[in-house]
Amino acid sequence: MNHLGDYDVIVIGAGHAGIEAAHAAAMLGAKTAVFTMSLDAVGNMPCNPSIGGTAKGTLVREVDAMGGLMGLAADATALQSRMLNRGKGPAVHALRVQTDRKKYNAWMKHALELTPGLAIHQAEVVEIQVEDGHVKGVITQLHGEYGARCVVIATGTNLGGKIFVGDAWYASGPDGMHASNALTDSLRAAGLPLRRFKTGTPARVHRRSIDFDKLERQPGDPEETLQPFSFLTTAPVKNLVDCYIAYTNPTTHKIILDNIQRSPLYGGMIEGVGPRYCPSIEDKVVRFAGKDRHPIFVEPCGENTEEMYLQGASSSLPEDVQNAFYHSIVGFEHLEIIRPAYAIEYDCVDPTSLEPTLESRHVRGLYGAGQFNGTSGYEEAAAQGLLAGINAARNALGKEQLVLPRQTSYLGTLVDDLVTKGVMDPYRMMTSRSEYRLTLRQDNADTRLTPIGREYGLVSDERWARYQHTSQVLEAERARLHATHVKTAPLQEAMTAAGLTPAQQGGLADELLRRPEISYSLLAGVIGWGEGVTPMLAERIETEIKYAGYIARQDRMIRDMARREKTLIPDGFVYDGLTGLTLEAREKLNKIRPRSLGQAGRIPGVSPSDLAQLSIALAAAQKKEASHD
Amino acid sequence: MMENSTIAAIATPPGQGGIAVVRLSGPDSYRVAEQVFRPADSRKRVADAKGYTALYGQFADGEELFDDGVALFYRAPRSYTGEDVVELSCHGGSAVARRLVEACLAAGAVPAGPGEYTRRAMLNGKMSLTQAEAVMDLISAGGRQGAALANAAKEGALARKIAAQQEVLTALQAHLTAWVDFPEEDVPALETDALRQSLEQVKAGLEELIQNYDAAAVLREGIDCAIVGRPNAGKSTLLNLLAGFDRAIVTPIAGTTRDVVEQAVQLGEIRLNLFDTAGLRETDDPVEAEGVRRSWAKLAEAGLVLAVFDGSSPLAKEDLDLAKRCAGCRAIALVNKEDLPVQFDTGAIAPYFAMVIPVCCKEEGAKKVIAEAVARLLGTARIDPHAASLSGQRQLSAALRARDGVQGALDAVDTGFGLDAVSVCVDDALEALYELTGENASEAVIDQVFETFCVGK
Repeated sequence: MNHLGDYDVIVIGAGHAGIEAAHAAAMLGAKTAVFTMSLDAVGNMPCNPSIGGTAKGTLVREVDAMGGLMGLAADATALQSRMLNRGKGPAVHALRVQTDRKKYNAWMKHALELTPGLAIHQAEVVEIQVEDGHVKGVITQLHGEYGARCVVIATGTNLGGKIFVGDAWYASGPDGMHASNALTDSLRAAGLPLRRFKTGTPARVHRRSIDFDKLERQPGDPEETLQPFSFLTTAPVKNLVDCYIAYTNPTTHKIILDNIQRSPLYGGMIEGVGPRYCPSIEDKVVRFAGKDRHPIFVEPCGENTEEMYLQGASSSLPEDVQNAFYHSIVGFEHLEIIRPAYAIEYDCVDPTSLEPTLESRHVRGLYGAGQFNGTSGYEEAAAQGLLAGINAARNALGKEQLVLPRQTSYLGTLVDDLVTKGVMDPYRMMTSRSEYRLTLRQDNADTRLTPIGREYGLVSDERWARYQHTSQVLEAERARLHATHVKTAPLQEAMTAAGLTPAQQGGLADELLRRPEISYSLLAGVIGWGEGVTPMLAERIETEIKYAGYIARQDRMIRDMARREKTLIPDGFVYDGLTGLTLEAREKLNKIRPRSLGQAGRIPGVSPSDLAQLSIALAAAQKKEASHD
Repeated sequence: MMENSTIAAIATPPGQGGIAVVRLSGPDSYRVAEQVFRPADSRKRVADAKGYTALYGQFADGEELFDDGVALFYRAPRSYTGEDVVELSCHGGSAVARRLVEACLAAGAVPAGPGEYTRRAMLNGKMSLTQAEAVMDLISAGGRQGAALANAAKEGALARKIAAQQEVLTALQAHLTAWVDFPEEDVPALETDALRQSLEQVKAGLEELIQNYDAAAVLREGIDCAIVGRPNAGKSTLLNLLAGFDRAIVTPIAGTTRDVVEQAVQLGEIRLNLFDTAGLRETDDPVEAEGVRRSWAKLAEAGLVLAVFDGSSPLAKEDLDLAKRCAGCRAIALVNKEDLPVQFDTGAIAPYFAMVIPVCCKEEGAKKVIAEAVARLLGTARIDPHAASLSGQRQLSAALRARDGVQGALDAVDTGFGLDAVSVCVDDALEALYELTGENASEAVIDQVFETFCVGK
């Protein structure tokens, strides 16, 4: 064994989680190394060539607000941009861009190379070394040994990866990467509770073989409305490509159903649990037999490739069946498949074995992020990578750990869900998962998280200055709107001109803005635009003011919850003595080991009456302790 | 969690009864029982008694034997509280039972706090919070219907009713979620009318629960009832009729009753906390004027008003003033002295009352007529004792919060706010409902999304 170096933090994997973990750890001043099996697959997108979407777009903004890389990379490599859910309310606006996946890979690889204090190694890690329950280092397939105080596992679908197409299967990661099998054995030997999940992806096809005239065109948003992901990006975002929509039909469905036994999912070969929100086309046809068509989104994979991605049509049927059902779709009659659709099974950890810091309770100093933790999606992975990287670095440097409460961010919600509720299938972020979604908007991620990122050393001076400027503009504009009286006549005139029923009388600008029909730009037409107020900031101010009542409703809930969150459960608290708890509650509490009464309350199977008893017992324990002092 | 104290208290309701039960619970129950109870069969020993057995014997206070009765034994955890329990049945009458409790306390037991047995039962896992709350109500329920209502909650009628509201709201929220989280899938847009209809449906269901709670609360807790009327209209006669004995002084001289007189009476299934009030009339007598002032105050805060009018004299200005004051209260006009020739203009006061009833308060039969009218007005008559009913403040406040959330969602729809605001209000309502059943609202919604809608890439 060749001892080749020592690091504070070693990150295994350079996908979306590994990139953020390695970058964050290095930026925090930890001596960091990232290991990847192939530098040509840094930040690879083996699935959709897109970043963002509902709730996911907010995660990207959160990663960016804390000083992460994903938003910048997405802006730099965007091919088409859309703000989804316009018209459904600002809390659920969701930015999504189509990206050039090769450019994205190149951008991210370069960003890692430019990160000070970060070593990059192309090598497969085959073993983690553990001593006295604490991680000590890693060993590569070339028998290289590297010492580490902390290790972040971000292995994605490579860990124990197995690809299925019909009755054929082989050990593999995505896009021809080889599977990492030895590491699984090492992690299992260290006592980590591992399990198998499954996901899938549709075919990549040749652009020239699609009859676009028969498909619906899906252009990007008008260019003047486009927003970047990153709070730092100043270059305008441009639409370079169109996407298209095709639809399956009853013939397609019949072909699939006639061959359903040839799918490894239905033939019983796959043991892993697939994501509910990402059903294969077989699943859709079987489970929703009443639907006579399903949409398929045709997305370009990049500017310098003819590969097109067929979102919505993932499958693990054999190639001949894939050919047959794709060809039955209008516009796809002559489709040439370049890469067939496949299902992939992989190893991951039961996330309830992790702390809210993403550190394993079985091996101290070992952190997990991304698909390894049971999630799915690039954005979910990046967000966890950021947190795991921060905490691994701080652990190595002997500093306190960062836990983000639910009410601060989707990131906090995501992690709390993972470690508290666990997952039955790969976890995808959704707006409905956050009870605080009116305040956890994509437009205010900077206010929520940039100060935290700054405190932890991730936020650059440039970003900090930008943030402070934004804060000042917002504050000044709020004050101006609160101090400006809008006269009745010009207001009525402006409203009439906009085709609205004019208001009875004028009033304070911020009070007028509360009305659903009065927009910031209408008011600005009367009282002028605020100094430094961009269209994005105008929208943000308008949302804050219009939704004040609903936000106050949420704030009440946040406060109630904060109280319960403050009732801490001491480390090593013994639940077995609480005979009043149901057996299920006791088992769950022993397994999850919640840190607070609030977290305990979110564990499935812990009822309000369990919680009541727990709170009495905690009060009693506290009393006892006080009387000993 | 075992408590280390042993508690003692009278377990039967206060008042006269054939027997009274003193219950001991805690680790020292048997030791305490041994000191206050001597088995008639001298070969038997309390310490050896098995669970679910009974012994006959005598109760002792020190050396003095003061009553005889039965001891029932329960062994932990097979008892109501999950602890060692001994129930001592002595003869009724509070003096005997109280002496027995004092003997137990002297032998080392401590007095039980309110709801202490149920609290211990809950802490020892013998019952859930919802059950515990229902039991607390069962214990405090007065009349027959009150007890049946408490039972219905225990049996799950409430759970079913809540589940029905949960179901509608969960489906609605799942649709909103699918529509918001999967904007590109062909999830049908939620029509405003359908949305409003679902919300109204849930609101109606919740309001029924809340109104039933109010009516059921009347059955459980009784209601404050003011008796008002012009001097000598027959208020005190009415009070005496309801109470069954001469509680207020009845004389033919107007202005006799000066104080607000309190008296609890059972009228059919409802307990009325009666306030006979000083006659309402203009007066120069300062003492009586104070009585008049108090009468008006009582009227405003009572849950029920019985206004007595003298049917044998013509409508006076004071009668009309009184009638007007009753507008907006839950008030019944009793036109008294039905036995005498009618002089009174009933039509003039009718608009201000929910009901106008001719009675003769001197006749015993009037009591039944009044009881029926009161039950009809308070809605207790139509309560189905087996229907779902909220029991206790926690459940009521959850139902109120849920209704509030649904109302907020309706308001958001009506004022043209985005569906994000609607869904946040629905969230609030769902949280409140799921809290009652101890489930997780957000997981339930997400499960429903994937069951109902074909979404995902």
